[in-house]
Amino acid sequence: MHNRWLKKLRVILSLLFFLVITLLYLDFTGRIYHDVTLSLTHLQFVPSIILFIETGTGLALGFALILLLTLLFGRIYCSTLCPMGTLQDIFIYLTRRLSPRKIIFKHKKPNNWLRYSIIAVVVLSLLTGSLILVNFTDPYSMFGKIAHNLFLPARTLLNNIVAKGHSLLKLYYLYPVKWVPVNLAAFLLSFCWFLMVLILSIKRGRLYCNTVCPVGALLGLVARVSVFRIRLDKSLCNSCGKCSAVCKAECINPKDQGLDFSRCVGCMNCLSPCPEGGVRIEPFWKKEKVKITAFDPARRKFIGETGLLVAATFATGKIFAQDTIKETKREVIPATVPIFREHPVTPPGSLDRARFNSLCTACHLCVSACPTQVLQPSWIHYGLRGFLQPRMDYITSFCNFECDLCGKVCPTGAILELPLEEKKLVQMGIAKFIKENCIVYTKNTACGACSEHCPTKAVKMVPYKDKLTIPETTDKICIGCGACEYACPTDPKSIYVEGNPVHLLAEKPKEEKIKEITDYKEEFPF
Amino acid sequence: MKRREFICKGAGAAALAGASLTIPGYSKLWGMNVPLAPYDLVAVKGGEPDVMFAKAMEALGGIGTFVKKGQTVLVKPNIGWDVVPERAGNTNPVLVKFVIQQCFQAGAKQVYVFDNTCDKWDRAYANSGIEQAVKDAGGKIAPGNTENYYQEVQIPDGKKLKNAKVHELVLQSDVFINMPVLKSHSSANLTICMKNLMGVVWDRGYWHRNDLNQCIADYCTYTKKPTLNVVDAYRVMMKNGPRGVSEADVSLMKSLIVSTDMVAADAAAAKLFGTTPEDVPYIGIADSMGIGKMQLDKLNINRIIL
Repeated sequence: MHNRWLKKLRVILSLLFFLVITLLYLDFTGRIYHDVTLSLTHLQFVPSIILFIETGTGLALGFALILLLTLLFGRIYCSTLCPMGTLQDIFIYLTRRLSPRKIIFKHKKPNNWLRYSIIAVVVLSLLTGSLILVNFTDPYSMFGKIAHNLFLPARTLLNNIVAKGHSLLKLYYLYPVKWVPVNLAAFLLSFCWFLMVLILSIKRGRLYCNTVCPVGALLGLVARVSVFRIRLDKSLCNSCGKCSAVCKAECINPKDQGLDFSRCVGCMNCLSPCPEGGVRIEPFWKKEKVKITAFDPARRKFIGETGLLVAATFATGKIFAQDTIKETKREVIPATVPIFREHPVTPPGSLDRARFNSLCTACHLCVSACPTQVLQPSWIHYGLRGFLQPRMDYITSFCNFECDLCGKVCPTGAILELPLEEKKLVQMGIAKFIKENCIVYTKNTACGACSEHCPTKAVKMVPYKDKLTIPETTDKICIGCGACEYACPTDPKSIYVEGNPVHLLAEKPKEEKIKEITDYKEEFPF
Repeated sequence: MKRREFICKGAGAAALAGASLTIPGYSKLWGMNVPLAPYDLVAVKGGEPDVMFAKAMEALGGIGTFVKKGQTVLVKPNIGWDVVPERAGNTNPVLVKFVIQQCFQAGAKQVYVFDNTCDKWDRAYANSGIEQAVKDAGGKIAPGNTENYYQEVQIPDGKKLKNAKVHELVLQSDVFINMPVLKSHSSANLTICMKNLMGVVWDRGYWHRNDLNQCIADYCTYTKKPTLNVVDAYRVMMKNGPRGVSEADVSLMKSLIVSTDMVAADAAAAKLFGTTPEDVPYIGIADSMGIGKMQLDKLNINRIIL
């Protein structure tokens, strides 16, 4: 009976993890960003490795825990922790429930060549110091992109329809959320990936995890030497194929009574269907009853490679540390229309652009969490290496002075969590004023929207002519939050933020206490 | 028509017309203004926000002069910024809470509060303390964060601003209490009553692009005017407005101005601030457009020092 409970436990846990991570992406009220829920993202393999390399803290040892679990029981990560895995399980479950005919999985040979080529290429790309291929293949980051670019717009649409009804009834409990047009590249990539995962899972179960996913491939290598494994008891097995029929990984061969544990995603569906009770979890030292499976000549080679791959992964830490990226220098923009930003602005806590580009897996969790929606996926603002990594988009919104959520949610440490008071002084960029575009200059009427929104008064209105005032910027107290740029009513903007490739620390605005009026008994001045 | 018939029918019609006056919202149809208060403006000084408001209402014949039983009320404070009450960037929550409670005491059916904020709206609602104040008083805080709450209206008397999208609550509420906080302002010099109404429209950029001061005055010609204006000058941001940089910008002025005339209230508040109404361009424009009176010496003012 314990077999059935194991599976139930796996289903409950995986749904729980899936739900929490999905809700992190869909919550726009900011109610679930607690340490507890956010710590679940530390159990994601790739982000956790990057966080460990970057910060070296013990808290970031989620990946070590996953490796240990894999070494003990096989690919628990794939069955329980990975949201992309659970997404496929949901597709598989729904297909089985909705399909008129019975879905039966059949044993298939592994696509080892493709599978290990992909992980080799990904690791090689890491050696060049670029995360671009990891961003495309890490299952958590890809799930994140799907959640942000597909699920979130759907959520917004649904919410806004329901909220509309609410407002008609003057209830106002639900409210519409500002609709930000999705980044087309991010949307298309997420959509294609979603479609691929959907089709693969409907047709071939967890084929994605055993072919495309580099984390699956890596953990598969580890699983080859894990302590406890699922195997068929050859003294009991009559090759009926009932276990194989429910195996999403297509890794049980009833004919030779073998089970490829490197492909097993640990779903434990195969344990209970066996009428003989012959599918068991056993430690590797327990002798198999009848005969030992034929030795896989590829196996030894791959065990050797595992070490190499792990070493290579760690070696990338050194590469991350070095700034090998050259910023493309362009001509200085003449102070006139239109504006041309030399450097995109990276989020507060990212410290510098090169560092940010080499640590962000573009999981888009910060983009989903950002209350003002100023964080948006980039297109090629960072060049190809930073494809889809978030940037501060001051046309869409601006960075809320009192907010430090992006640093809190970032699972890789690409955006570090800074104390709020420190974040308020981080200079992500500097506001540049273009007088020739300004309303005050072109129309001779009052404006000052930029200065209104400035939290440090780095943009100040100074006397101009005929009682009019015009903006003036003070670089040293500007933090580059983009409030001025967002508020500026001209097109093209009269004030914009030029990004700092390396973030600086702004000075605190001087505080001069104004003269208090203390005499409340004095007559009114009118 | 016989004489008797005429009398009977006439009496019936008169009764009907009279009855219709008691139905909320109908007063507009008859071109009636809010009953004239004994004073054009009441200024109070030296007390807590709620105490000062109570005193002002006493002078004006009670809140019942403005809020009738069964009416819906909109209270429009300034909730523009994600700052704490001590920074004086938003209307004092103590005052907001008390005014809502008073409205309910006068028999208001529901009291709504909203603002089209500058900072992220839900953070501004929360950090200003106003969301909690509204909830504590039993009112309803409504969002103003998306365009679909705003309806297009015509402003025929506007010079630059001919139309605007206005929040549905402004159009639907029987009573409209405008409750700004007095602050320095980088664009308009000061923000008081008239400038606070910028927070009931959707597209503020249009105002900035098309002569801000004229647009501020233009909007005040729109038919749905505030029933009452309550200027919170308890804590006053003397510089770096409208957002402010720190508490060093704030002076404890402990004052309150109440008036049905936005221009008069703005003029008095300007003086209180230490400047002159002439230095606030939109006050002069509004006065010349006949929206209200800025000549304070010609008004009947009740000055209360506690």
